Amino acid sequence: MAKRGGNGQNELGLTKDEYRGAPSTLCKGCGHQSIANQVISVVYEMDVLPEKIMKFSGIGCSSKSPAYFLSRSFTFNGLHGRMPSLATGAVFADHTLKAMGFSGDGDTASIGMGQFKHIMRRNVPLLYIVENNGVYGLTKGQFSATADQGLELKKQGLNPYMPVDIVREALASNATFVARAFSGDVKQLREILKAALSHEGIAIIDIISPCVSFNNQDDALHSYSWGRDHEVAIHDLAYVPPREEIEVDYDKEVMKKVTMHDGSKIVLQKIGEEHDISKRVDAVNLLDRADEEGILLTGLFYIDTEQPSLIDIKGITEEPLNRLTNDRIRPSREDLQDVNEMLF
Amino acid sequence: MTASDTALAEQENREQVVNDFSITIGTVNGSGSQTSNLTIIRSIFKMGIPVSGKNIYPSNIQGMPTWYTIRVSKDGYLARVPEPDIVVAMCPESFQEDVDRLPPGGLLIYDQGIRAEVEREDIFSYPLPVQKLVRASDAPRNLQDYVANMVYVGALVALLELEIDKVHQALDFHFSGREKPVDLNYKIIQSTAEWCSENLEKVDPYHLERMEATKNLKLVSGNEAAAIGAAFGGVQFMGWYPITPATGLADMLKVYLPKLRKDPETGKNTFAVVQAEDELAAIGMAVGAGWGGLRAMTSTSGPGLSLMTEFAGLAYYSETPLVIWDVQRVGPSTGLPTRTSQGDVIMAHYLGHGDTQNILLLPGSPYECFKFGWRSFDIAERLQTPVYVLSDLDLGVNQWITEEFEYPEVEMDRGKVIWEDDLEAFEGDWGRYLDVDGDGIPYRTVPGNKHPESAWFARGTGHDEYARYSEDPEDFLKNMERLRKKYETARSLMPEPVLDEMESAEVGILAYGSTDPAVQEARDHLRDRGIPTDSLRLRAIPFTSVVHEFIKAHRQIYVVEMNRDGQVHKLLSLEVPEETGKMVSVAKVDGLPLTAEWIVDQIESMEEK
Ligand SMILES: Cc1ncc(C[n+]2csc(CCOP(=O)(O)OP(=O)(O)O)c2C)c(N)n1
Ligand code: SF4
Ligand SMILES: [Mg+2]
Repeated sequence: MAKRGGNGQNELGLTKDEYRGAPSTLCKGCGHQSIANQVISVVYEMDVLPEKIMKFSGIGCSSKSPAYFLSRSFTFNGLHGRMPSLATGAVFADHTLKAMGFSGDGDTASIGMGQFKHIMRRNVPLLYIVENNGVYGLTKGQFSATADQGLELKKQGLNPYMPVDIVREALASNATFVARAFSGDVKQLREILKAALSHEGIAIIDIISPCVSFNNQDDALHSYSWGRDHEVAIHDLAYVPPREEIEVDYDKEVMKKVTMHDGSKIVLQKIGEEHDISKRVDAVNLLDRADEEGILLTGLFYIDTEQPSLIDIKGITEEPLNRLTNDRIRPSREDLQDVNEMLF
Repeated sequence: MTASDTALAEQENREQVVNDFSITIGTVNGSGSQTSNLTIIRSIFKMGIPVSGKNIYPSNIQGMPTWYTIRVSKDGYLARVPEPDIVVAMCPESFQEDVDRLPPGGLLIYDQGIRAEVEREDIFSYPLPVQKLVRASDAPRNLQDYVANMVYVGALVALLELEIDKVHQALDFHFSGREKPVDLNYKIIQSTAEWCSENLEKVDPYHLERMEATKNLKLVSGNEAAAIGAAFGGVQFMGWYPITPATGLADMLKVYLPKLRKDPETGKNTFAVVQAEDELAAIGMAVGAGWGGLRAMTSTSGPGLSLMTEFAGLAYYSETPLVIWDVQRVGPSTGLPTRTSQGDVIMAHYLGHGDTQNILLLPGSPYECFKFGWRSFDIAERLQTPVYVLSDLDLGVNQWITEEFEYPEVEMDRGKVIWEDDLEAFEGDWGRYLDVDGDGIPYRTVPGNKHPESAWFARGTGHDEYARYSEDPEDFLKNMERLRKKYETARSLMPEPVLDEMESAEVGILAYGSTDPAVQEARDHLRDRGIPTDSLRLRAIPFTSVVHEFIKAHRQIYVVEMNRDGQVHKLLSLEVPEETGKMVSVAKVDGLPLTAEWIVDQIESMEEK
């Protein structure tokens, strides 16, 4: 860890409390709560000023959770399935801020599938978290599009449909950062969150986040116990902040180091088979095999740090657009004269 | 001599008709006729003659009949007229229909390749050997079809005395000075004009004659004007999705913003235009940008506005400023996508579920499209609410004569946005939805503000004055009452209606938007028939006291509009229920711009009762 100020303060002199939010109203034990807690820790540990973060969400238990962390960050809790468009417009306001989006599997993979796909295509600089529990928590447990085929729930009966896989969708849509985590594995989740926050483009994290009220039976794919028993990390991922030398002794073989735009590094150590995170096909093959083996693969599946973000593509001013003074956004009298002369 | 011969003979003896007729040009769409039509209207305009042009086109890319109607009026009447005096028939499919529309004494110019001879003897007609003239030109084979439509421009040069140097000027403008296409088209026009002079004997009475009525004026579409207005309004974010007839607005922004809005120091853009995946995303992006403190807009038409509804409600309730242009076309549903209407007034005004009430601006000319183009941002940011600007296809797409645009007479109003220093002054008691000034408009912060108390949680769910989640009935009532108060405050910010009075008028005509030319012409005719009228052209909703007074001051109010149900008439009935008895709806939508004749007929028959 970086040198900390005393009394539990980070380098900015802020305590962890200053990264918290309103008291949570999520069910006790909800996976979303664990994600909220990790976001608090990560932003605090990364020494990011809460005011330098913007949060966005759709509608659902997952989407209301941004109220329970980072209350000093500007937040827009918008419409069901429409978080991506809201965030896309807002990142232009002040591109020096970090944008984080929080969504659910219903919010993203059902009503919001279109916007989900298009935000990836545009490489909007946004950390996009899908808190995936296989059900619609807030509307009392209906199957979502990520629910596994054959899943049986007391009130819903049997799910006859094949599931949508967030990671595969993200790979197919050319997302430039694609990862999966499990909210029961907070150590890895934290590292992935940090890496994703350093990515300058769309970073999709599919986080399996159990709904203890509606879909947590032991044999359910989105449950704690199944996750704990079946999670297999594809690598051991360590995030190294900018300016910090990699001097740690890694206990495993280092496969790859990715340098991010902010100078931080992602270090991947080998666990099982080697996986090339610059190849989408490798990721898809890996996922197919995981399905056959009945395991929950987690880790960083794919990264591309070269693609320009939407902000780069649009070539906007260095200075945040929302700080531009009136004289810089209203052309002059002479300009209008020219326009008048140009008209027929 | 047959009856029709007699009619024609009478016509021949009639006086010459100068600068007072209308032309309908029937062509095949996608054949390049748009360039010819624009060249004609622009040439007439540069001759100093008041002129208007309306594109009556199909929802199709290539192969169907399309019409362009031009009205020339020395008196400045520029509304559509129901039937033409002159027909240019270039479309095989609509040929007979177009010929039949001519009144006795009318003039027909036609492609003899479609029909060698026309049967009607009560009209003047000139056949044109279009194919022969095109072949004889040195136009490359692959472009011959495209330039064929220039033949009728040449015919008008010879027959109506459309000035050829003005034609050249128009082509030069159209092709941005590119010599090759200008020459190519010009040559055909010239050679056709020569052929006509040598081979046709002018017997009809129609003439164009130079005037001085368009000096210092411009010819421009409402969509282009709106884009220029937005550029001068400091638009910073535009999210849009293609739809007729709003697409031109985005297209024009993409032309003007790079010219006008690069940061002089860095050459970087002070704006972003994003073509979204649909209208939900288009408005979603604009809401995000508006919330972030940018001047944000979107533009669409009926079906797109329907899709935008949920976000519209979110913007209203979260109090997020943005500007929404609705270039109206005919609904319900996909309706008549290429025809004009004023059918979205009620929908836009109430867009959103629950109790929403939106601000509407109603431009009546390209000049006002420009003006509301920038002013709408001031109003939206001042009131922290979406502002809907309701243009329509006729205004948005067609070329209208306008005065030169005038530089905004007031400083930009960014509304009650507070930054770090301002927050200090609140001494810890700033609340996003606190009504500090008693006008219903709270203070807002935007992302990037580094004050530790600046952040707030925007939401579409119930909230208290500090933007905290709340289901408390008191909080809810209080907030909704404040929103109502804000709506009252809005009245003082609305552009006032335009009034025009006539001596001893007892009745008033209340109208808005693109129907104005028809309304004003109708008033002159009504006066001549003994019914003088006052007029009020509405430019915004909410209504101001001027509207109330106008209604009170008249015996009868005719509310003229281009929809079936009399939408503004209905809104006025809610606004001034005590006056409903005297308000009469004069409403119609059939896809075509209203005519003065129809308005006169309606009002005259009701006045006779
Ligand atoms: C337009 C619209 N349709 C339906 C709803 C009702 N609704 C609220 S949350 C939700 C599902 C949320 O599921 P998910 O995104 O998986 O979130 P979770 O609660 O499981 O975290 C639905 C259907 C809504 N708010 N808006
Ligand atoms: S219903 Fe499920 S998703 Fe919602 S808060 Fe409870 S456990 Fe979490
Ligand atoms: Mg869910």
